[in-house]
Amino acid sequence: MLAIIASTIVISCKKNDTEPAPNPNLTGSLEVEFENFVGTQKFAFGTTYTNPNTNETFTPSMLRYFITNIELKASNGTIFTVPQNDSYFLIDQEKPESLKFTLNSIPEGDYNEISFTIGVDSLRNTKPVGERTGNLDISGTAQGMYWSWNSGYIFVKFEGSSPQSTAVDQKYRYHIGGFGGYSSKTINCVRKKTLSFGKDVAKVRTNAAPTVHLITDVMKLFNGSTQLKIADNNTVMFSPFGINIANNYVDMFSYDHVHND
Amino acid sequence: MKYIFYVGILILGACKQQPQEPQIQFQNPSNFPEPHYNLSRNPVTTEGFKLGKMLFFDSILSRDGTISCGSCHIQSSAFTQHGHDLSHGIDDQLTLRNAPPIMNLAWQKEFFWDGGVFDLDLFALAPIEAHNEMDESIANVLNKLRKHPKYPQMFERAFGTSEITLDRFLKALSQFQLMAISANSKYDKYIRNEGVTLTTDELAGLELFKVKCSSCHQGELFTDLSYRNNGMIPQRFKLNGIDTIDTGRERITLNPNDQFKFKVPSLRNVEITRPYMHNGSLRTLEQVLDHYQTGVKDHPTLDPVLKQNGKLGIDLTNDEKKKIIEFLKTLTDEEFLKNPILSEENP
Ligand code: HEC
Ligand code: HEC
Repeated sequence: MLAIIASTIVISCKKNDTEPAPNPNLTGSLEVEFENFVGTQKFAFGTTYTNPNTNETFTPSMLRYFITNIELKASNGTIFTVPQNDSYFLIDQEKPESLKFTLNSIPEGDYNEISFTIGVDSLRNTKPVGERTGNLDISGTAQGMYWSWNSGYIFVKFEGSSPQSTAVDQKYRYHIGGFGGYSSKTINCVRKKTLSFGKDVAKVRTNAAPTVHLITDVMKLFNGSTQLKIADNNTVMFSPFGINIANNYVDMFSYDHVHND
Repeated sequence: MKYIFYVGILILGACKQQPQEPQIQFQNPSNFPEPHYNLSRNPVTTEGFKLGKMLFFDSILSRDGTISCGSCHIQSSAFTQHGHDLSHGIDDQLTLRNAPPIMNLAWQKEFFWDGGVFDLDLFALAPIEAHNEMDESIANVLNKLRKHPKYPQMFERAFGTSEITLDRFLKALSQFQLMAISANSKYDKYIRNEGVTLTTDELAGLELFKVKCSSCHQGELFTDLSYRNNGMIPQRFKLNGIDTIDTGRERITLNPNDQFKFKVPSLRNVEITRPYMHNGSLRTLEQVLDHYQTGVKDHPTLDPVLKQNGKLGIDLTNDEKKKIIEFLKTLTDEEFLKNPILSEENP
């Protein structure tokens, strides 16, 4: 009888022990997952959506964007910067595996804020080709996300068709980039976003890898500080108007929830 | 001081039994400044150069196997597409601009008439992927090379691994292009005191050139590498059926102050790189000099050098124009144009 009580106590103690204070000398992983939406509807190729602000309809056929230079902030204020070489991700709706990525070697902690860059910073944009491997490889993952005539990555690529487009093929094409220029100043569409998890925390532990779930609402690419109308601008690439779209796309991202398991 | 100067290439005496294998080595001509290209990042080697040369002349780089870099950049014309105002690419489509020479690229900072590419190692991506040039995806090019009977072995020899990556592909192409050095013209031999003299007219032309032209066509490379509007105001035209106007540097900076500015070109080998200007609109050197004398068009971005005291153009007499042309012809470098090491016929 006593033995049972004793063992119960041991077990309950153990239970408490499974959630010890994070030990910053230990490291764990965190998964970040993006889910693309159009307004309140899930994003799907071939589906036609209506923009309530403009009554324009559009059917997306491509959505890609760079999420890079990630930082995590713990509730005690500590900031963890993902090492630069491992901090470039291309979210591509066409490749489901790209919608999720894992960050490793994160000090144990209770994280409640994530920051990232939309686009590719000027430093990396001007590095030798040999230092642009992995998700930045122009002949690999990043194929089609680079302007070879005007050296620089395309940060966000969103294409589809729309009856409102006056292009011959009735398509709309938004290829937004521009890191500020190499020897002369030019447009800068690199944007930084910080998202708080509110009261939630992602508990990173050696043996627990939480998932942070973020939402990207591409409707906000149209509806932001600038009202983008397909009828007026069916194609925006390297042009000053790209800045307006960048100012819109920075607000596409929101925090949804976290899984601690 | 007299010495023999080789165009950056040392032919080292090899054993007599074997055919001589030239050893490739980058050397800075003594009258040139330090190169801008970081050679320590991509040292030119014999095997890297050979690989780069094979790639440069191989139409495997284009979608349908019809066009190589060498189709538009022909050695005997200082690696330009001689006689074409705009270059002809795949399916005989035209390019936006006239092909500039591939020459002394180690000393260039930025590439294209508008400077849109800031690293020679990034350059090849542009013609390969352009729909009106080679129209091929770079990933596909690398895949074709990986399956090729010869290339993996050549990459192995050049880089110590047969794994073909974008980085190695681009570096090999750079190695070939870096060796396209033109520094043995009559002018160079005169400047370096190699026992060559210029005629009185050529010398007079050089002096006139220094006064009238060298503020832009500066130094031993005959360019200050800046972007300027020299009064060649581009017109709208139809390019492959599409209404186009070439705004020059503004395409890259999106700055209206850069409208119609183009990179000041080097004038080395200019005698044989006609037609002239970004759009190939001037056919002869006489027309170029006429342009500077009477053809300069006013525009808010026109270079102030070409509008002094409210007067358009450069003050030139017919005799001065002739002498300047005499001088420009001393910049022709036969050794470069016929250098067997760079020749397609000599793989
Ligand atoms: C269809 C013809 C064509 C082909 C093929 C072509 N080029 Fe060019 N090249 C041009 C034209 C035209 C320009 C100038 C374009 C501009 O400035 O906008 C140019 C410019 C260049 C320049 C810039 C030189 C300078 O002074 O700025 C380099 C370097 C070059 N080409 C290398 C290559 C290489 C390497 C290849 C093969 C991978 C290649 N080219 C294939 C036509 C061609
Ligand atoms: C204000 C600067 C400036 C001055 C001064 C100047 N040039 Fe130029 N030059 C340029 C620029 C810029 C271009 C290219 C313009 C274009 O392509 O539209 C050019 C092009 C040329 C070309 C064509 C080269 C080619 O490969 O297409 C020749 C030849 C030339 N200049 C000769 C001269 C001579 C000779 C003088 C003196 C009489 C002179 N330039 C003075 C800026 C200048």
